[in-house]
Amino acid sequence: MTAKVSVEDVKRVAELAHLELTPAESRSMLHDLNAILDHIAQLGELDTSAVAPLAQVSELEGAGGEGLLRKDAVLPSLDRVGVMAEAPETDQVFFKVPKVIER
Amino acid sequence: MTTETYVEKPKTLSELREGIASGRVKAADLAANYYARIEKVNPRLNIYLSLTKERALEQAARVDATAAKGDPLGPLAGIPVGIKDVLVMRGAPATAGSRILKGYHPPYDATAVGRLEAAGAVLLGKLNCDEFAMGSSNENSAYGPVCNPVNPERVPGGSSGGSAAAVAANIAVASLGTDTGGSIRQPASFCGVVGVLPTYGRVSRYGLIAFASSLDRIGPFAGNVRDAATLLGVIAGHDPCDATSSPAPVADYAAECDKGVKGLRIGVPAEYFGKGLDPEVRERIERGIAALKVAGCTIKPISLPLTRYAIPTYYVVATAEASANLARFDGVRYGYRSPSSATLSDMYSHSRDEGFGAEVKRRIMLGTYALSAGYYDAYYLKAQQVRRLLAEEFLRAFTDVDAIVTPTAPTPAFKLGEKTSDPLAMYLADIYTVTASLAGICGVNVPCGATKAGLPVGMQVLAAHLQEGTALRVARAVEAAEIQGSRTQDAIG
Repeated sequence: MTAKVSVEDVKRVAELAHLELTPAESRSMLHDLNAILDHIAQLGELDTSAVAPLAQVSELEGAGGEGLLRKDAVLPSLDRVGVMAEAPETDQVFFKVPKVIER
Repeated sequence: MTTETYVEKPKTLSELREGIASGRVKAADLAANYYARIEKVNPRLNIYLSLTKERALEQAARVDATAAKGDPLGPLAGIPVGIKDVLVMRGAPATAGSRILKGYHPPYDATAVGRLEAAGAVLLGKLNCDEFAMGSSNENSAYGPVCNPVNPERVPGGSSGGSAAAVAANIAVASLGTDTGGSIRQPASFCGVVGVLPTYGRVSRYGLIAFASSLDRIGPFAGNVRDAATLLGVIAGHDPCDATSSPAPVADYAAECDKGVKGLRIGVPAEYFGKGLDPEVRERIERGIAALKVAGCTIKPISLPLTRYAIPTYYVVATAEASANLARFDGVRYGYRSPSSATLSDMYSHSRDEGFGAEVKRRIMLGTYALSAGYYDAYYLKAQQVRRLLAEEFLRAFTDVDAIVTPTAPTPAFKLGEKTSDPLAMYLADIYTVTASLAGICGVNVPCGATKAGLPVGMQVLAAHLQEGTALRVARAVEAAEIQGSRTQDAIG
C-alpha cells in the first residue's frame, strides 16, 4: 500500500475526474497526493481480513435505522420553468450542450 | 487580546420569545436591528454571503400579526437565524462557497430550512463557508475567508465558519451549519459558541449540497446549550425526501438538557490528550472535567486506541464520496459553464477547472484515485472496514459510560494563512472530531473557558446514537459551571 503516485497517475486521474491541471497544479498535486497517501498507508497496520465494510452507519445496532422507503408513486416534481432558468443554456425544454456527434 | 473584537452575546430564545409574544418587541424591528448590525460588522468579518431581507421581513410581519391576534406562536417565532450557504433556500443564491455555483438560485427549500421557518424563525441570509464544506478554517471559500469575531486576525474554523461567527458576533441569534468531519464542532470551538452534531440521520439532508453523503449532517449553532437544543428539536425527525433520515421519535431536547448530570458516567479517552494538544487547551478541558465531577458525574479514564486511524480513514471515505457527488457540477444543468468549449468533453473539464478551487480539486483527485481500478480494495474498501472498527470501539465504550468528553480541537483558533500551504497539517486540525463523524454518533461543542490570549476553548461532549439528550445535559452542566466560574472571577477581580 505504499504505491507512489506518478506524474502519469496524476494525468490519468485528472482525466477520469474531468479536471484540467496546469503543469504547476500537477506538480503540487503530485506532492500533496503522495504526502496524504503516505499518511493513509498506516491503515495497512490493521488486519481487517475478517471485517465487513461499513458503508452506512444506520446499519449499526441502535443507530436509528432507516425509514421505510416511500411508495413508488408519481408525484409532481419541480416546475420546469424554474429549473430551466438556472441552466447555462436551454431551449426551455432541453438542456443544450456543445455538439457531440458531427453529421 | 486585540482591542478589535466583535463578540456580543445574543439574547436567549426565551427572553426574545417573551418580548415578541407580549408585543413589547416586534419581530420586524428585531430583524431590522439585526440587518443594521450586519451592515456594521459584515464588511470586516465577511460572514454573510447574501441577505434574504424580503423573505425575512415578510416572515417577521406574519409573526407580528400572529402575536397581535394572541394566536399561538412557534418555538422560534421571530428569531433571526442565518443559514450556511450549502443549504438551499428558494429564491436565495446558493453558492456552497464555490465559484462553480455563482449566481445559482435553487427553486426549493431544504427540509431543515423549511422546518425552521414553519417554527417561526426569520431567515436573515446565507452564511459563508469553505467551498463545498471542505476545510477547517473557512479559507477555502471562493468569496474570501471569514474572520473570527473574537480576533479578526484568526480563522473562525471551518467549514461552517460563517455559521459559528454569526452567532459569536450576534449577527444571528442562531444558525444552521453542517458537519462532515468536524465542521460544526470545530468552528463552534474556535468562536466560543455552542454547536450540535446530531446523530447521522437525525436531521434530513434534503436540500443540502452533498459533500460526503454517508457523513454529512446538519446541526444548529446557538449562544447557549438550551437554545441549540430547541433548534435541534425543530429540525430533527424523519423526512420522506431523505431515505437515510431516522424514523426514531424526537425527544424534547430543551427539557432534556435541564435534567442535570448527577450519576452520569463520563469517559475521558487518553488518546485525545496526547502529543499535539495545546497545554492551555488541556488545562481548560481538565478544569471542565473537574466541574462535571463536582456536579455529580463519575469520571472514568477510558482508552480508544483506534483513534489514530480516524484521519486516514476519514480522508479516504470523504474524498471518495466527494468525487462522486461533485461529478454533478459539469456546466449543464446549473451553475458555471466555461464560455469557450468546442466539444462536450472540453466543456466539462473547462467548467470544472475554472469553477473549482484548489482544495476541492485536491479532494476530487484523491477520491477518484482511491476509487480507481486497482486501488479500490487497498483504499476505499480498507477504509470502510476500519470505519466499522472505529464505530464498534465507540459502541463498546458506551456500554461503560454515558458520555465521552474531549477537547474539540487540539489548539485554539490559528492565524489566517498559518496552515494554508500544508494540506495535511490542515487535515490534522480535525483529529478529535472525525472519529464521531465516522461512527455516526452525536456530539456537542460547549465553550469551556479561554486561553490567556482570550481565545475560546471548546469541550466536545460525545454520546451514543440518538442520545443527543445526554450530550446536551453534560454540555449544559459545563456551561453552568463556566457561568458560575466567570461570576466568581468577576466578584474577586
